[in-house]
Amino acid sequence: METRTQGSNSFLKELCEIPGGEGIRLCIQCGTCSASCPNANRMDHTPRKLIAMARAGMREEVLSSNSMWLCASCYLCTVRCPREIKMTDLMHALECLSVRQDLSSARTLTPTMYKSFSDFVYSIGSVPEMGFMIWYYFLTNPLRALKMTPLALSLIRHGRLSIRARRLKPEAERQFKAILDKAETLGGLS
Amino acid sequence: MKYYTYFPGCSASHGGAQAYSWSAQAVVKALDVELVELEDWNCCGSTPYTSVDELASLCTSARNLALAEKRGLDLVTPCSACYVILRRTNSYLKEYPELRAKVDEALAAGGLEYHGTVRVRHLLDVFANDIGSDDIASRVKRNLAGLKVAPYYGCQVVRPGPGFDHPEFPQSLDRLMERLGAEATPFPLKSRCCGGSLVISEEEVALGLIHKLLDSAASNGAECVATVCPLCQTNLDLYQGRVNKKFKTSFNLPVLFFTQLIGVAFGIDSKTLGLEKCIVPAEKLLAQYVGR
Repeated sequence: METRTQGSNSFLKELCEIPGGEGIRLCIQCGTCSASCPNANRMDHTPRKLIAMARAGMREEVLSSNSMWLCASCYLCTVRCPREIKMTDLMHALECLSVRQDLSSARTLTPTMYKSFSDFVYSIGSVPEMGFMIWYYFLTNPLRALKMTPLALSLIRHGRLSIRARRLKPEAERQFKAILDKAETLGGLS
Repeated sequence: MKYYTYFPGCSASHGGAQAYSWSAQAVVKALDVELVELEDWNCCGSTPYTSVDELASLCTSARNLALAEKRGLDLVTPCSACYVILRRTNSYLKEYPELRAKVDEALAAGGLEYHGTVRVRHLLDVFANDIGSDDIASRVKRNLAGLKVAPYYGCQVVRPGPGFDHPEFPQSLDRLMERLGAEATPFPLKSRCCGGSLVISEEEVALGLIHKLLDSAASNGAECVATVCPLCQTNLDLYQGRVNKKFKTSFNLPVLFFTQLIGVAFGIDSKTLGLEKCIVPAEKLLAQYVGR
């Protein structure tokens, strides 16, 4: 059983071209993913429904929902799916598309958190926890950082929050940058 | 002597989970195993980078694999997130030739190539399958008899697989704790999610998940939790106070890296194992076993 791509459904076609997205055609709507998901109850649309909507071509509704941003990548849906759809990878693919098309939901801070993390990976090749958190709160709401102060102090007291970032050797950092810059010129995955 | 290439990941190398790497290194030394850190490794990219820019994240991760391939040894990481990402990169490069061509081209810009031969392993896998149970048992100086440990696997060490243990009902950590003399308590939620990095952006959601885990561990009689991932340890340890406040509970469960418990059983001193870095103090519970 396989859903045929309709000529008019460019969204489904686009998803199928992304690694991890092609499984969407195999879904039989059994709902095992939604029943297994620890966060389905907080999502605008459950994983099962998200697939149904994507197959109906509801691009904006899917990409602007908070659903994929609540995926904790626990892979329970993936190991239980009777059609062996890589649902978690599909969620990541939806996140990438949502970022690329500037449709990320404003009702969850996960896209900004992921961006803050990625900024550090791209710029220095490692993620210093202190810097990452400061950048994240700067990009969201610096006032929220106040709420985090007790936790940060607790980490500092236990020697678990370093202000020093791990840096690659200069030649390694240059190599890393050269690889990523090349990747950028190669565009997306499809 | 057994040798491996070691990929500590950001958290266990310079971040909040340094005690994981310290204790792992101290323990493997006693077992004639050497974890040689991969030189100039970079962040694996983790889930966030994968979710923002998939191609760049694959190239990021592939650089590490290319560097590791030159050494020809298994690549071992103590971090479940690094483990899942590095493995995913391997399988994506095999499954999607067009993607592989792009990654190859990007790596070439840095003078690297990757042939897909690196075997990515989790540190727990090495302890469960490469190091003989007799080797571990024979080095136990302080039997952990009487200590009730909830063996917490979390998600990514066993999923999506196919891996070295069952994706939902794993046993390797249970057996390892028993070899130290400890009691592995029943823990129905042992492979359920701690919320991962969502604790930062969706704290309320993650606190609910952490609460369920702590409740499952405590109600089955556990006195502490053994973890295999920096993120799981941080969520269960650092956020335990917030869970208690939100759910009006009084959990007081020290959350340790499994290598710290092995170290205690091997008679390694608490400073080397970084036991004082636990936010929920572990000293009192482990006092009768710990070397000074």
